[in-house]
Amino acid sequence: MVEEEKKEEDVRVGVFICHCGSNIGGLIDCKGLAEYAGTLHGVAHSEDNLYTCSETGLTAIKTAIKENNLNRVVVASCTPRTHEPLFRECISEAGLNPYLFNFVNIRDQCTWVHMKDPEGAYAKAADLVKMGVAKAEKLKPLDMIKLDINPIGLVIGGGVTGMSAALNLSRQGFKTYLVERDDRLGGRLNDLYKLFPHDIEASVLLDKLITNLNNSPNLEILLSTKITNIDGFVGNYEIELLQNGKDVNLKVGIIIVAVGSSILDPQGLFKYDGQKIITQYELEPKLKNKQIKAKEVVMIQCAGSRNDKRPYCSSVCCMTALKNALIIKEKNPETHISILFRDLYTPGTEYEKYYRKAREEGILFIRYEENRNPIVEENHIRVYNEFMGEEMLIPYDLLVLSTPLVANSDNKDLAQMLKVPTESNNFFLEAHVKLRPSDFATDGVFIGGSAKWPVDITESIAQGYSAASRASTILSHKTIEVEGSTSNLPVYNKNLCTGCEICVKVCPFHAIIKNEDDEIEIIEALCKGCGVCGATCTNQAIVIRHFTDDQIMSEILAYGGK
Amino acid sequence: MSFEPKLLGFLCNWCSYAGADLAGVSRIQYPPNMRVIRVMCSGRIDPKFIIQALELGIDGVYVMGCHLGDCHYLEGNYEAVMKFEMTQEFLKLVGLDDRIRLDWVSASEGVRYGNVVSKFVNDIKELGPSPLGGDSPDKELINKVRAIKLAAGSNRMRALVGRERKITEEENVYGEKYPLKKFKEIMSQAIKEEFDRHRILIALEDESKSVKALGSELKIDPSIILEHMLILKSRAQVDFQEIIKNTPIYMKM
Repeated sequence: MVEEEKKEEDVRVGVFICHCGSNIGGLIDCKGLAEYAGTLHGVAHSEDNLYTCSETGLTAIKTAIKENNLNRVVVASCTPRTHEPLFRECISEAGLNPYLFNFVNIRDQCTWVHMKDPEGAYAKAADLVKMGVAKAEKLKPLDMIKLDINPIGLVIGGGVTGMSAALNLSRQGFKTYLVERDDRLGGRLNDLYKLFPHDIEASVLLDKLITNLNNSPNLEILLSTKITNIDGFVGNYEIELLQNGKDVNLKVGIIIVAVGSSILDPQGLFKYDGQKIITQYELEPKLKNKQIKAKEVVMIQCAGSRNDKRPYCSSVCCMTALKNALIIKEKNPETHISILFRDLYTPGTEYEKYYRKAREEGILFIRYEENRNPIVEENHIRVYNEFMGEEMLIPYDLLVLSTPLVANSDNKDLAQMLKVPTESNNFFLEAHVKLRPSDFATDGVFIGGSAKWPVDITESIAQGYSAASRASTILSHKTIEVEGSTSNLPVYNKNLCTGCEICVKVCPFHAIIKNEDDEIEIIEALCKGCGVCGATCTNQAIVIRHFTDDQIMSEILAYGGK
Repeated sequence: MSFEPKLLGFLCNWCSYAGADLAGVSRIQYPPNMRVIRVMCSGRIDPKFIIQALELGIDGVYVMGCHLGDCHYLEGNYEAVMKFEMTQEFLKLVGLDDRIRLDWVSASEGVRYGNVVSKFVNDIKELGPSPLGGDSPDKELINKVRAIKLAAGSNRMRALVGRERKITEEENVYGEKYPLKKFKEIMSQAIKEEFDRHRILIALEDESKSVKALGSELKIDPSIILEHMLILKSRAQVDFQEIIKNTPIYMKM
């Protein structure tokens, strides 16, 4: 690590105010702002640029660092969430530690949101620059933490997502373990009949996947195996498993979570009885074995979903219903089929065809409202038809409920072991829905398929591949660098630590331990830099690098100081 | 000219700050009164940051994080709640509790970000300027807020608030869970005691005083001051300086 410097150094801050074309410069006086920045304490150079992130702008930063001997850089522009990495790299090319950079957001959180108040926007931008410079003065150089990578992958869940991910990873040449708690691979694929689109049989896809897996030299499949404990961090995970009552230990570099989802227990829904009233899931094997003799079939969509208890759309049920209705129609064109739906979801280029075909085949679609659920009676369904404005009775001898996929009941246990979050429906929550859809916030742990939210087979395969390719970005390296802005118990603060261990308890990543010498130790590779321990430490001994008390206080004082 | 509040917001990097950026991308318009300090997690917000801002005369402080259950760091926002609630209870003692607010804004809630900031600006406008702002704020109030800052940072309060979730949400080795209500009572008691004790310490900064003099200066019953003195003495924060006419004079250590 870089030595924690205690001595005062001569701080020389350079401030760069970006016009961002007219995005910022069109509203506030960037030249004036740069001049104001030049008057601030510690600032040795300030200028405004048309686009600081352009080649010209970056060159200007590098030149100014050399000419003015700058050792801190502040850029006031768009947002650190998109451009901080670029400027960090820029100053590091000019020989400065990348952590000696501070970003001031004067576009996304200033000129774009105060367009009718240029004076107010300028005052805000000026304060933000002042606060940014104050923090920059206190910044300390930090090192990224380097970790060795064990180039082995672990895929949890042997359903279609897990199989796809494991296949992809092993074919890239990485040793891969595929762990499945059942005694066979395939998950729900085993119970399905035909798959949309293209109506291929599930067993055909499953056989092909299993053959490919068996032919993959780098792959080891562990059936009837449960995860009991996970320790370690990116590149160096240690997994404890239980296979048929026997302990197994694995050392892997990354983990892919592909545990899929569960079927909702339909008891109590629309008078479900498992005989005359069944679920789509129970219909599949009946279709496969050609057991359907019913003449009047009714399907109810959103049975148990998109309500207060389960507010989400299960996304696979509309297509399942359309597909199964068409299979019944194909076998027996005389069957009357009605689909009672709230909204029909057939996205993309393939799925809409099913809907059109269903209409052509004479399948009836009747929309019902959320607060007017169909009522199941002895021989017919009573449903309010909103287009006709009256109730209608539909006879049935088979009622099929399109129930949603739900999160596995033991997701929380796995989430706790992995130190990853779940959302309010208990599905796993990715790091960012758009920017990092296959990652967890925890480095080295990836996600795909219905473990995240209900997805169909096509999407599961794609997400399995996606998770595997994200994982390979780590496995393909010998070492990895992780964020250096971690929690730290500096040597000079050791005497402040009372050993109360509250930090050990509040750390969500178990990165703080009491070591063999009975001293508090922070395992930096595990630390994600949230800073909770720093705000909690009873004697304020813990320092949160890059967000130190001193740095945050200096921002507050710069704003509030008179 | 109408009163324009001076506000400070602490935003977590992953949800609220992203939500504020989204408000920008969506060109949601809201008043420019609030300056933002970015932190990685709302759980990073030390009570002393909030109290320091108020002490400087800032009219209102907003703490924002991810919705409960959605924290990027799993449970940092739950820790933020504990610390915020303690800070608010402290500030209630001096009537500044309405000036701080805790809220959850997700990365997809750009519109909501604009709305809650606008509302905060309006609410603080109605509340009027902070009594700690302006050129000559009330000295007594400043000392009280300083006492709160020190008290909230004291070992006792930090240990209590840091253990709150562990004690009230998890069972101990005997399978017992400490009732939240009872814990809150202990917390309230500690808040009052530490507030008074740190007021005493501040009052002793300039000159040493007797219990009686402290009592009339701080408007606290001398018998209570004496109790606090015994604790402060055992903590080595005060000591006898001299005894004048049978009256002990205390000094700050």
